Amino acid sequence: MATTEKTKAQLDAEFSDLYRRHLRDVYSYSYYRVGNHHDAEDLTEQTFLQAYRHFERAQRESNGRPLRPWLIRIAHNLAANFYRDRSRKPQTSIEDAAIISAPHDTETLVEGREELKAILEGVQKLPDDRREALVMRFALGMDNREIARAMGRSDGATKVLIHRAIRQLEEIVKTPEEEDS
Amino acid sequence: MSDAADFELLLRQALTPVDPPADMSERIEGTLVNLTEIAADELEAWELSAMRDPRNWARPAAAVVVGTTAGAALVVLRARQRRRRARPHGVLDAAEQALKDVYGEARKFLPKS
Repeated sequence: MATTEKTKAQLDAEFSDLYRRHLRDVYSYSYYRVGNHHDAEDLTEQTFLQAYRHFERAQRESNGRPLRPWLIRIAHNLAANFYRDRSRKPQTSIEDAAIISAPHDTETLVEGREELKAILEGVQKLPDDRREALVMRFALGMDNREIARAMGRSDGATKVLIHRAIRQLEEIVKTPEEEDS
Repeated sequence: MSDAADFELLLRQALTPVDPPADMSERIEGTLVNLTEIAADELEAWELSAMRDPRNWARPAAAVVVGTTAGAALVVLRARQRRRRARPHGVLDAAEQALKDVYGEARKFLPKS
């Protein structure tokens, strides 16, 4: 059907649009997942190349829903393979992230730095699913429904997951020394 | 503001979006374009006379695959990894090396004649 079938040029244009809109999301997710820029770049590239390969089908099956959760899910799966294949663990040096890219003014940065650092360290101590849910919510600004789709869970389960993640993180941040010693 | 809201605000400040390298977007798009062009060159370079032999049909078909599908991902990443290992000195060196790498990797996907 001429109205539903798209030419390759149309698909490429739409993919380029998707790419430009969500490059930062995929890169942020990748960075918080792997903990360094080098691997985050690789993961981001692989995610978009994989997405390009399956873009037409994803568009068809999305029924007009946003494709960001689909992209993040690809990144999630690739990151899982990344650790499995290379027997790696996430690096813990993500405290740089807030300092590198946050639009803090100097005063706020100095005042809040220790607190933010403690929160980032606490995030690293969370179970994987809770950490990822928080990254999607706060770094990417995804709503519950999007996060649910990215994680393959129900909306309700996602809401509970995020609530528990925040509460657990609060506890970790309140008592960091006791936990570490 | 409640404690919970305060904490969420801090969490939002801590988990800031991370900007990708400035050249990343252009680099990936450029690589995809290069691959498509290289695959097209393979097709053009293949003489029509050779196409009379059905045994040769697999080669241009593979060139199309390299330019458009999964092969592209592997080619791009391998080429990039190689570029990283041997850092070129200037912009022209970098461009030339990148093209060589991508072309070299693309050729690996083509059946040997």
